[in-house]
Amino acid sequence: MNINLTLIGQVIAFFGFVWFCMKFVWPPIIAAMQEREKKIADGLAAADRASHDLELAQEKALERLKEAKHEAAGIVDSANKRASQIVEEAKTAAITEAERVKTAARAEIEQETNRAREALRAQVAALTLAGAEKVLGATIDQDAHADLVNKLAAEL
Amino acid sequence: MAGENQTVSEYIVHHLTNLTYGKLPAGYERYDGSIVGDGGAWVMAHGGAEAAAMGFTAIHVDSMAWSIGLGILFSWLFYRVAKKASSGVPSGLTSAVEMIVQFVDNTVRDTFHGRNPLIAPLSLTIFVWIFLMNLMDLVPVDVVPELMMALGVEYHKIVPSTDPNITFGMAIGVLILILYYSIKVKGFGFARELAMNPFNHPLFIPVNLFMEIVGLLAKPFSLALRLFGNMYAGEMIFILIAALFSAGLAWMVPAGLLQIGWAIFHILVITLQAFIFMVLTIVYLSMAHEDH
Repeated sequence: MNINLTLIGQVIAFFGFVWFCMKFVWPPIIAAMQEREKKIADGLAAADRASHDLELAQEKALERLKEAKHEAAGIVDSANKRASQIVEEAKTAAITEAERVKTAARAEIEQETNRAREALRAQVAALTLAGAEKVLGATIDQDAHADLVNKLAAEL
Repeated sequence: MAGENQTVSEYIVHHLTNLTYGKLPAGYERYDGSIVGDGGAWVMAHGGAEAAAMGFTAIHVDSMAWSIGLGILFSWLFYRVAKKASSGVPSGLTSAVEMIVQFVDNTVRDTFHGRNPLIAPLSLTIFVWIFLMNLMDLVPVDVVPELMMALGVEYHKIVPSTDPNITFGMAIGVLILILYYSIKVKGFGFARELAMNPFNHPLFIPVNLFMEIVGLLAKPFSLALRLFGNMYAGEMIFILIAALFSAGLAWMVPAGLLQIGWAIFHILVITLQAFIFMVLTIVYLSMAHEDH
């Protein structure tokens, strides 16, 4: 337990190791640790921001979805309206067409009837003439009695 | 136990003697009867008496070797980590080292409020180095001395911090730093602080000087003696328990249990002592930086 040169040796060793530590050990380790700390902090901040962004995006998506739904409903609505309108239009068109066809048919019928009546009348006139000829026993002059016959036919 | 025909006190003394290399004074009669010639002689001391006769011109080879060896171990270990330190994911040794660095850094931040790039690495060196030196205490007391005996080395003490030279050496290192920073930061104010405190009157300068210088010197003194005392006592108890093994077979089991118990308790002591040395160093240097 003597105090001797070991004391001096230890003082020198002490400063040597402290110097080494200060020069080569401490700065790189502490720098790496601080850098990592910063990295982690940045990472956490980024994660926070990302989750916030996600929330915003979700909100936006929801909004868009609602809008799209609304729009779709509108489109369907107007389509329905248009469809019923088209049906209505078709109905009225069909009715008018039917009317038109009916009128045309009726006119034709009338015409046919008239024509048949004319023919019938002519035939009746001829027949009457023939009958009268037979009755009178003489030939009626076709030309001379045409007026008479025609009058008769018109009265039929 | 070393040697069969050794008494317990011889065993204890043997375990507490450093391997000393030094200069014996001229005319000294050595253990084998030979007389040291003119001009003295540099030899390995044989026993405590010769080591004492060497006085200051001697060196404890074992303390010095273990102390520097452990310092190199610390430097190498931490340098290896420092070289590949990156901000990536740490693993194994790196995270262990970073944990210690973080711990020291926090302690320094809590205690030292100035800006000084020396304080933190100084604290780290003190903490880990002293811890490693104290850790040698947990090596069973007989292992290394017996091994060295087999190799022909007579004495060997492997715990450098049970050598007052080592603890005082570190404390003197701290004292030098205290003085350096006191003068650097305060300049002439340091002298005024020594002379004019606590009694601010020219008449009291001698009293003040005496008190302040005693206070200043008490710092490294208490540092060194606290560490030395704790480690020396701990080592002593290990040796005493080890001596119990020689008391017969019946003592083997209790001695073994005592050894384990004391070793477990000592884990706390060695860490605590290293920590206390570090914290007090920071506190003293912090005081050196503060201008009153």
